[in-house]
Amino acid sequence: MKIKKYLLALLLTSTAFLMAGSLGAQDVPVEEMAEAAADPAADAALAAATELSLAPARAAVAAMEAKYGADSGEAEYAQSYLDIIEGQGEWAFAFDFFTVSMLWTVIAAALVFVMHLGFATLESGLTQSKNTVNILFKNVFIISIGLVTYAVIGFNTHYPGDFNGWISFGSMIGDLNADGANTFGYGGAGLAMTGFGDFIFQAMFAATAATIVSGAVAERVKLGSFMIFATLLVGIAYPVVGSWHWGGGWLGGLNGDAGFKDFAGSAVVHAFGGFAALACVILLGPRAGKYVDGKIRPILGHSMPLATIGVFLLFLGWFGFNGGSVLSADPSGIGLVFTTTALAAAAGALGSILVSWVFLKKPDLSMALNGILAGLVGITACADIVSVMGALIIGLIAGIIVVFSIIFFDKIKIDDPVGAISVHGICGIWGILACAFFDVTDSGYTIFGQLTGVFAVALAAFIFSFIVFGILKVTIGVRVSPEEEAEGLDIGEHGQEAYPDFAASSR
Amino acid sequence: MKLVKAVIKPFKLEEVKEALADIGIEGMTVTEVKGFGRQKGHTEIYRGSEYTVDFLPKVMVEIVVDDADADKTIEAIVKAAKTGKIGDGKVFLIPVESATRIRTDETGSEAL
Repeated sequence: MKIKKYLLALLLTSTAFLMAGSLGAQDVPVEEMAEAAADPAADAALAAATELSLAPARAAVAAMEAKYGADSGEAEYAQSYLDIIEGQGEWAFAFDFFTVSMLWTVIAAALVFVMHLGFATLESGLTQSKNTVNILFKNVFIISIGLVTYAVIGFNTHYPGDFNGWISFGSMIGDLNADGANTFGYGGAGLAMTGFGDFIFQAMFAATAATIVSGAVAERVKLGSFMIFATLLVGIAYPVVGSWHWGGGWLGGLNGDAGFKDFAGSAVVHAFGGFAALACVILLGPRAGKYVDGKIRPILGHSMPLATIGVFLLFLGWFGFNGGSVLSADPSGIGLVFTTTALAAAAGALGSILVSWVFLKKPDLSMALNGILAGLVGITACADIVSVMGALIIGLIAGIIVVFSIIFFDKIKIDDPVGAISVHGICGIWGILACAFFDVTDSGYTIFGQLTGVFAVALAAFIFSFIVFGILKVTIGVRVSPEEEAEGLDIGEHGQEAYPDFAASSR
Repeated sequence: MKLVKAVIKPFKLEEVKEALADIGIEGMTVTEVKGFGRQKGHTEIYRGSEYTVDFLPKVMVEIVVDDADADKTIEAIVKAAKTGKIGDGKVFLIPVESATRIRTDETGSEAL
């Protein structure tokens, strides 16, 4: 049985991951705590400062004990609060800000999770009903394998600490609360969260890259091959490429001292996913019936309501994606990022509506939906450094680009049912470039530096995917049989229908 | 007995049903169908590419009536379903050999 072969390969891959993880659980690289100063006066000053920030809670404990007695529940409650603040050690002074920031981080992580619901519904809506179970299944698998691989190898590969700037395979995460990583000392105001908060927020991001590919290869990719590919992409390629930027790698040397600018991942998440998708689609070929006698025959998505729900969920989730990337609850940062994110999305929709109405003669809903996403991808790189007007222009241009890009890829027979390559790949590049044009903070981001970074990321994703997917193509194959494609992958791969109560004529 | 088979525009179904009820027709069978006639289909656009929709959605109404009622039935359907634009549909008249009411075993006109 073929399916057994896939499962075996999948098992081997996951075993490899687990072995890599068991080589030694590695705790998160925390900034080294300042060495205790030899100067006793400095020690005393720090102790006094800490005592000052604990004073209100201490006073409250004393007052509760005086009023209700030392053994009372009231005194115990007051003491329990004091214990939490004392747990922050010398960082107790930042307790309120740290707590709010950490709470925002986990809420943002949950919002990024909602994006996977958005991807699942959008991809289902824009494809045929006979492939719905398959699409949903892939989405379930990706978020699950994404979270697991990120714990086993991804996080410590993504953030290796000191490394050569290109590649350093990490091992399984350990106790991220250890060594003060559960205090403000973990990352200060620039990364105001605990080690676990950092992990779960980034883990939710990780699976996004593979999900982007899922939509582009929909309706004809072999399930087993896709699962192996997605596992390697999300487990190895994504964190390695991500470490070049967020892990302190070589992209930090671009743009002179300013470093590569990619706020929340236009390049390292979206362009990465988009160009991985491009490689896969080139190897996979178009869906049967898409190009007949050299002409494009559109294959309609089966549910525009589902697609619209998906895009609105992605819009919602993006507030976590970008807003959470402020990495603290810094009020000025969060407000700006929420505003630029929402405005770029809105302008993106308007841009694509305008262009599709004028050039395609119809206000195409699916294009308007892609326009929202294009604006969001475009603003992701620079949401924290642009003005309101800048955000509007970035979104508008992204919305215009995405329509022409989708038509272009359709014409050259790159069949992408959901427009993922255009939305994430092309608009990802635009977002990175926009940092050089619309930065109002005068940080010195150059066109050359930005392009170098995004092309490096895109090329890496493309080459990795081309090789891995190419190997899968010549070994176990990446495409279902023509009969299965015609019948639908729901029956062919899963033996299950998404809408069993509907008449056969609906497909 | 005769079978009157009418293919009409879906949004005209309610009017046709009422018109038939007005002349005393007591039952009918309705099916959602697709098809085309001389007007052919029409073109739509999806994500920038045009495509032709050959089969347009229609509703097929089937009524079995006594020979004497056939003409007024057809007349009622045509009157109710007419918009004067292309795609209004067609009405066919077909002879029926027998009819049986399953519950009571009645046959012929009694079964209608």
